[in-house]
Amino acid sequence: MRLSAPPHPTTPGLRRVSPVTERPATRWLLVVTALVFLLFFLLMPLAAVFVEALRMGIGPYFAALVDPDAIAAIKLTLLVAAISVPLNLIFGLCAAWSIAKFQFKGKSLLVTLIDLPFSVSPVIAGLIYVLLFGSSGWFGPWLAGHDIQIVFAVPGIVLATIFVTLPFVARELIPVMQQSGTDDEEAALSLGASGWRTFLKVTLPNIKWGLLYGVLLCNARAMGEFGAVSVVSGHIRSFTNTMPLHVEILYNEYNFAAAFAVASLLAVLALVTLVLKTCLEARGGPGVSSSGRP
Amino acid sequence: MEIQVHDIRKTFDGTAAALDGISLTIRSGELLALLGPSGSGKTTLLRVIAGLEFPTGGSVLFDGDDASHRTVQERNVGFVFQHYALFRHMTVLDNVGFGLAARPRANRPAKAEIRRRAEELLALVQLQGLEHRSPAQLSGGQRQRVALARALAIEPTVLLLDEPFGALDAKVRKDLRRWLRQLHDRTGHTTVFVTHDQEEALELSDRVAIINQGRLEQIGTPSEAYLRPESAFVFDFLGSTNVLPVEVRDGRAFFAGCPVPVADGIEAGDGHYTLQARPCDMMLAVDRQGPGLGGIAEMVRVSLGRVRVDMKVGGLARPIELELPMKGEGWRELQPGQSLRVRIDRYHLFAAP
Repeated sequence: MRLSAPPHPTTPGLRRVSPVTERPATRWLLVVTALVFLLFFLLMPLAAVFVEALRMGIGPYFAALVDPDAIAAIKLTLLVAAISVPLNLIFGLCAAWSIAKFQFKGKSLLVTLIDLPFSVSPVIAGLIYVLLFGSSGWFGPWLAGHDIQIVFAVPGIVLATIFVTLPFVARELIPVMQQSGTDDEEAALSLGASGWRTFLKVTLPNIKWGLLYGVLLCNARAMGEFGAVSVVSGHIRSFTNTMPLHVEILYNEYNFAAAFAVASLLAVLALVTLVLKTCLEARGGPGVSSSGRP
Repeated sequence: MEIQVHDIRKTFDGTAAALDGISLTIRSGELLALLGPSGSGKTTLLRVIAGLEFPTGGSVLFDGDDASHRTVQERNVGFVFQHYALFRHMTVLDNVGFGLAARPRANRPAKAEIRRRAEELLALVQLQGLEHRSPAQLSGGQRQRVALARALAIEPTVLLLDEPFGALDAKVRKDLRRWLRQLHDRTGHTTVFVTHDQEEALELSDRVAIINQGRLEQIGTPSEAYLRPESAFVFDFLGSTNVLPVEVRDGRAFFAGCPVPVADGIEAGDGHYTLQARPCDMMLAVDRQGPGLGGIAEMVRVSLGRVRVDMKVGGLARPIELELPMKGEGWRELQPGQSLRVRIDRYHLFAAP
């Protein structure tokens, strides 16, 4: 049976839009305001990055990218992401699993704590580690005694990055897992599957898209983080400079073309992330990205 | 597989007991309904039998062996979830084959064998041709049957179904109900299903266990439960009833001092009772001046195949409901506001609360 209404003539003079639809002028104003903001605050700066990067031509652009310091910064950024993203993946899975699938004391506290890195300034996040592991920090003397360097070295950068990116995977997974409940897992167990097999064959496919989405955002933040990393890095060229820090150094040295060249890499990373994110949202349906991310 | 449930108790944190000492035996090969209102603990009992929930006390015996400490995997039960819990990223065929593919390598059938068995089961539940669909592409009734085939695939010792028709519309429910009965008769699995639908329980099952507030009220065949209810709750739960507080003196029942006309003599001893009678077991007394329980007709409605009358009786909060056969006499001239008298053909007496 078809339920489409029979066509009927429109009475002239009646408004044909719903009561919540604004008048054309209002609509036009809203759209233009949004577009102007987008243009001035997003598109123009993004374009400026690429324009400035290529101002001296393609030769100097690539020269800036293959500069040993730049290579070292890129390598370090990749290394930091390669360590912190998997660790946050594990943490996110554990946290989301425990929050979504069972009850325990202090659950609401855990939920609040997961959001802490979002609400704390990244500079504070960096300072925490300086206070803990710096030469005059709590563990400073002990670490110095054992010849372990954390602050102003790679471990410190990794720690600060993990702190800042902690919420991404968990935040993304919690609603997905809560929504899917425990029925599927119970069904798998009742069919004789082991806990591990249930996780691999039932839970993981159910949360796959949400998980990828979280990892993607986590990775973008891990590579682009500036504040927290800046505090713990010490800015030692070729050793503790990540890409965002390298950009700053070049810029402060009035080496604009090189600064924007490296910055353009970060911009490309952002664009790639954006495209992948859109694909994942299309793939994963409404379940993905239902969390309230700041 | 005979299953004995012995004095099962279950309390969830900070709430009243969900199960308050239930004992019953599920006979090998029977189709047993766990019937009760929502919140009665029937689903919890089913999950305890499955091993999805561990009881606070009591034991579950499979063929005499204590299975209380076995995990859900070790119990080898076929559980069909209310919302089916099909694995949505797998095809219908993979869903059905999941249990076999999940077996430890030592007794896992070969891939081709798993496939053959899954196809066989899909034929059994009449879903040939849908092997490569995903669950999202199936109707509710089809999903239900996939869930059933998936549960049957592991050759379960017992088949447990949680509200198997709860999420389906009325027409599909009826068809699937009949079909499930036939399937049970063919395969002979010991089957337990949970339902809150009295009609479903009575029509489908060999025996009904009626559960209320975590306790077993009665267990017996549908006709036993319907015709010989052991408690006022069972009688009331299996179809609507009229409740009349009566006093019995010398084999006669009195309501508010007036004799209540019942078909046979009353065998109960003197005292206060609750008399319950179904709407269809109360008849209009032809002689409106003669003996009978008197009242005023409040509402007269012609329904499917019968006439429904609400009769207001002084001293009762709820009107007495009558269901008169359409063929019967006397109802055609009945108007709201008229006084009328009824006699009671069948009734049950329960000790007054």
